[in-house]
Amino acid sequence: MSVLRTRLLPPVLAIAFAILLCSIALVISGANPFAAMGAMAGQLFEGTTAVDTINSATVYYLVGLAVAIGFQMNLFNIGVEGQYRFAAIVAAIVGGALNLPPVLHAFVIIVVAALAGAAYATIPAVLKVTRGVHEVISTIMLNSIAGGLVAYLVSVDQFGVQQGNSVSTEPIPASGQIPGISFGAAGTIFGFVVIAGLLGFGYWFLLTRTRFGFELRASGLSPTAAAAGGVSAKKMTVITLLVSGAVAGLVAMPELLGRDYAYGINSTTGYGFTGIAVALLGRNHPAGIAFGALLWAWLDKSAVSLDNIGIPKEITTIMQGTIVLSVVVAYEIVRRAELAAEQRRVGRALATEPASVREGGTL
Amino acid sequence: MRRSRGAFASRLAAISFVGVLALAGCAKDTGDGGDNASGGGQGQPCELADPPAAPQGSESNTEENDGGDVDASDLKVGLAFDVGGRGDASFNDAAAAGVDRAEEELGVADSKETTAAATESEDAKMSRLRQMATDGFNPVIAVGFAYAESVKKVAPQFPDTQFAIVDESLDGDNVTSLVFAEEQGSFLAGVAAAYKSENCHVGFVGGVNTPLIQKFEAGFIQGAKAAAPDIEIERDYLTPAGDLSGFNDPNKGNVKAAGQLNSGADVLFHAAGASGKGVFQAAKSKDALAIGVDSDQYKDKTLADTKDVIMTSMIKEVDVAVFDFIKAMAADDLDSLPERFDLAVNGVGYSTSGGKVDDITEQLDGYKQAIIEGDIKVSDKPE
Repeated sequence: MSVLRTRLLPPVLAIAFAILLCSIALVISGANPFAAMGAMAGQLFEGTTAVDTINSATVYYLVGLAVAIGFQMNLFNIGVEGQYRFAAIVAAIVGGALNLPPVLHAFVIIVVAALAGAAYATIPAVLKVTRGVHEVISTIMLNSIAGGLVAYLVSVDQFGVQQGNSVSTEPIPASGQIPGISFGAAGTIFGFVVIAGLLGFGYWFLLTRTRFGFELRASGLSPTAAAAGGVSAKKMTVITLLVSGAVAGLVAMPELLGRDYAYGINSTTGYGFTGIAVALLGRNHPAGIAFGALLWAWLDKSAVSLDNIGIPKEITTIMQGTIVLSVVVAYEIVRRAELAAEQRRVGRALATEPASVREGGTL
Repeated sequence: MRRSRGAFASRLAAISFVGVLALAGCAKDTGDGGDNASGGGQGQPCELADPPAAPQGSESNTEENDGGDVDASDLKVGLAFDVGGRGDASFNDAAAAGVDRAEEELGVADSKETTAAATESEDAKMSRLRQMATDGFNPVIAVGFAYAESVKKVAPQFPDTQFAIVDESLDGDNVTSLVFAEEQGSFLAGVAAAYKSENCHVGFVGGVNTPLIQKFEAGFIQGAKAAAPDIEIERDYLTPAGDLSGFNDPNKGNVKAAGQLNSGADVLFHAAGASGKGVFQAAKSKDALAIGVDSDQYKDKTLADTKDVIMTSMIKEVDVAVFDFIKAMAADDLDSLPERFDLAVNGVGYSTSGGKVDDITEQLDGYKQAIIEGDIKVSDKPE
């Protein structure tokens, strides 16, 4: 009971707080908060928005997982942005050039994407373990470089095809596409949602049921203890960043293989940063990340619906920001409260008075 | 420096005897730029080619196309902006102005505006169009080529709604494409820059390196070279394709522009949306000149403190195109719209406010006429 409360109370508080704060902002800006909330809830019953929400959430789930893997070991992989964009362009080029039977074709594209993402994450990993370069610095810079690489690779002189004012890679033929789950007029849910779910399960299994997962979490909780236990910090850093990069490589795949079939200059950027927020919201837990991804996607779609009824769409950005901030704060408050309660319980159980610091007690 | 031979390099001479003046002994500027920031006595104006003859009377055929007796009161116009939306002092604002004018002159019943976010996924663009079409807005106008895929997918779902897209050519029974000959307008900007440069050295600052902005670059370079074959041209883009921040980053615009000015350029043309503000500021601090884009930026209130350096603007009449489209739609005569808004229909052009190009309008109109008549072909790809 108490565990459930510790886990669920903070996000509920955070969302309630965010709604309150946004309502105040809406009232100040002269809009009706009830109309806004009504539109945000109502859009879910328009088929297309519901489908779009799930599709975006699929992408956010993947990107959230990629970031969360790094978080498990206290690695802040800001480079997911660059890794997924680099992987997307490489996979799109390879996928457009190959001619393979169905299923195999899509499988090859996915593997190429994961390898490309991992390869791009190798750079910060190697820099970190050999030269001690902090991954935040190196990955941020590599994000810019990835942007340049994508622009170079997609240019007409390289692999791009110009259509009107837009440039994108050669389209991936039908054999490489992943069919979606059609809901008629409401749209089509990406088939990749199944793969994302499997990855979530794999993430959970890896962390809680394998030796690697144990070592990963141990290194994250206490590097010195892990080292004393025979875990090589360098090896763990490299593997973690590579796995994170490989998952990052898949981020653009739902859209690439399920909707756009080509990667171009209009393809969405910025998912990597969304992933950080989603992983924070989900507390790095596979189910939590799924919840965070759905919430984030729903807020994103709300921006369009609110704009449509004349309410400033920036309100959803405020809401996203407040939710992340309040979730972090709320968890910390609940954690401290639980800790204090625990200490009181232990104190009561052990003796009539708590041990002093000198005797090994805590403050 | 190596250009110091031309002791008689008077800019006034160059300006008043344009086309005939052959500066004897004008050393060709071969170099990778000197440190002569802007004019002074060091650089020399260009050796100018003969301009094509200006049309007789040189009247620019502006058949000012007013509302007439077209009644659009049964139209509800939906307008889907690209990133920036109303108030960007550029492209989106021009589209908004077209709708505003249609409301005033044609009595459009209702209009609604929605705006794209900077990093949004494709389906957000689709829902935006879909929601407006569902709410009964007809026509629905998508501003910007970023909407191409969305219009392609949404338009067939609403066969009774007329869609229009600015800056992209699309097929479809209920889709009207409003595209422009940016390279032709930019050609004239290039000519003007060559005539006004004191160092025979000009620069182009593009926002994002996409095919659309490359059209501006291509036209500008061809124009400058047509007017002055030996001219030196700097070209820079603020961000690579895929990174839209180049359209909204005045600081970057300022830095790139200052770099071009430092290497000797003294007339800069920008096609960088809101980043152009930075280009104008750099030009002002170096006493150089700059050319605006899309709308008459000399008149732009947000640029008032730098308007002295804006010698002209390459005009892209998005507002006219949008207005004409609404009017044609109300009159049920969509076929009357030009396939492309080019110089011939005054879909692109140059502005004269500020009076800095008044002395060369004859030459500019000469080039304009030559392009309209097909004597000069302007390519839309940079060499």
